[in-house]
Amino acid sequence: MTTVVATPETKAGKAPKAQASDRAVGENRLGLKLVAPAVVLMLIVTAYPMLQALYLSLFRYRLTTADEREFIGLGNYITALSDSLFWQDLLNTLIIMVVTVAVELVIGFAFAMVMHRIIFARGIMRTSILIPYGIITVVSAFAWQFAFSLDNGFVNGWLPFVADDFNWFGGHWSAMFAIMASEIWKTTPFMSLLLLAGLSQVSEDMLEAAKVDGATWWQRLWKVILPNMRAAIMVAVLFRALDAFRIFDNIFVMTKGAEGTESSSFLTYRQVIEQFQLGMGSALSVLLFLMVLILAFGIVKLFKVDLAQARGEG
Amino acid sequence: MKRNSGAGIWIGFAAILVWCLLPVVWILSLSFKPVAETSAGSPQFLPETWTIQNYKDILADGDFTRALLNSFGISLIATLLSVIFATLAAYAIARLDFKGKRLVLSIALAIAMFPVVALVGPLFDLWRTVHLFNTWPGLIIPYMSFTLPLAIWTLSAFFREIPWELEQAAQVDGASPWQAFRKVIVPLAAPGVFTAAILTFFFAWNEFVLAISLTSTTASRTVPAQLSYFVGPDPFNPPFSLLATASVVVTIPVIIIVLLFQRKIVAGLTSGAVKG
Repeated sequence: MTTVVATPETKAGKAPKAQASDRAVGENRLGLKLVAPAVVLMLIVTAYPMLQALYLSLFRYRLTTADEREFIGLGNYITALSDSLFWQDLLNTLIIMVVTVAVELVIGFAFAMVMHRIIFARGIMRTSILIPYGIITVVSAFAWQFAFSLDNGFVNGWLPFVADDFNWFGGHWSAMFAIMASEIWKTTPFMSLLLLAGLSQVSEDMLEAAKVDGATWWQRLWKVILPNMRAAIMVAVLFRALDAFRIFDNIFVMTKGAEGTESSSFLTYRQVIEQFQLGMGSALSVLLFLMVLILAFGIVKLFKVDLAQARGEG
Repeated sequence: MKRNSGAGIWIGFAAILVWCLLPVVWILSLSFKPVAETSAGSPQFLPETWTIQNYKDILADGDFTRALLNSFGISLIATLLSVIFATLAAYAIARLDFKGKRLVLSIALAIAMFPVVALVGPLFDLWRTVHLFNTWPGLIIPYMSFTLPLAIWTLSAFFREIPWELEQAAQVDGASPWQAFRKVIVPLAAPGVFTAAILTFFFAWNEFVLAISLTSTTASRTVPAQLSYFVGPDPFNPPFSLLATASVVVTIPVIIIVLLFQRKIVAGLTSGAVKG
């Protein structure tokens, strides 16, 4: 730990300009000392292994036959990108991401509206909303797997348009539906809390004024409420989209990737942990990392455009 | 928007309660069904015969109680350490002027978005070399790394609300920046720190990808990983009601924390979102 603290200290000594007061130097130095342990901890488990993955991805390297490790350049990437399974899994991941985030946005907004306007039982409401948020994803996956299960589930009995002997986990789309149900159930509350925070910042006066001017409920929603909570919506979408893109737990528990329900994360995991293909697994890790980067960049880019538009309108 | 309690609100209220609690009630109901009933197939919602035998069985299952111990130990240690480091960093970000502040926040943001699965391979390899594979520290270290961003954000949002003047007053009275931090800010910041700790604990308690990849036995396997491997004596006929019972047991701490601290958790979850 001493070396960790010492490095920024020496940097801090050089950094301030000649005019900087002792106080400013001291503050700069203290600041770096205080953030150093957190930064080192965050990087040690991410930056180093990521560089390691970049290196290993250039080898044919299977843990069980470690002696036969062989440099193959971009071979792993070419194999991965020309395999239809890679694209199928990426498509699944994107479908899950788009559908869950869209559904959660609508339901989450409805929940936020109710929570914003309700005047009774706010504690009960908050508590219930936080239970799906706090519950372990694996438990949520089990609850929904059992609910959809053929012999022990209540879903078939409760849904009038589904045959009692319908096997949800026997087909691609129905299995995807079950996975998404669990994902949406667990994360909608989080979405609704973020949207509620945005909703409470919409000015009541503006809504009142719109009402006096004769705007209908629908117009007030689209012209006043939504534009004014754009920032909250964007934060919610960014976080949930990246989170949904990394979906793993629900699939692992509910289908183990059967019926073509595998996600990109699951594929990466399977290569490394089940097949010990460290070379190929590392290549997939790098690809996954790049995809998340592109996705985050894309959403942030989209945000900026939207924010600029919002400013233009206001 | 007028606040009211009209019929629409009542329907919305009921809908939210059903949405949030139905799956919980379902898993609770399953946990009271005898194993024989679920093995034979029991699609009805409530048990035909009620039993608490599952609870006796699951608490007598050494692997499960060991996993509970691992989960509590690993989550609590990771939470404690993560919150300590995050508090230091967030204080610096919220209060001090230093070079590299933006860089720290960018790193935190990048790590919050990091695909954890991408680390599984390299960490698996690295942990085996340095003998951290299948140990408590082997999970505690990455849990700290991945909870630090959330904790730093939540805490710096809280810290910004604390009045600057008090700290300056202490410094005018002759306190060093460190003393001002320890004697003035820490007591004011305690509620925020506590909230960050709850959110961190939830993350560690929930984490699954690393828990199954970096462990191989019950020496360090946490509850989510143990649950996913729990097949019972007959692999072709998984004991649904026993799994449901285990699920209920691990959900109890979550429900207790939520009941006690719901206000703080909501404040913590939304603190960064509005201003950010």
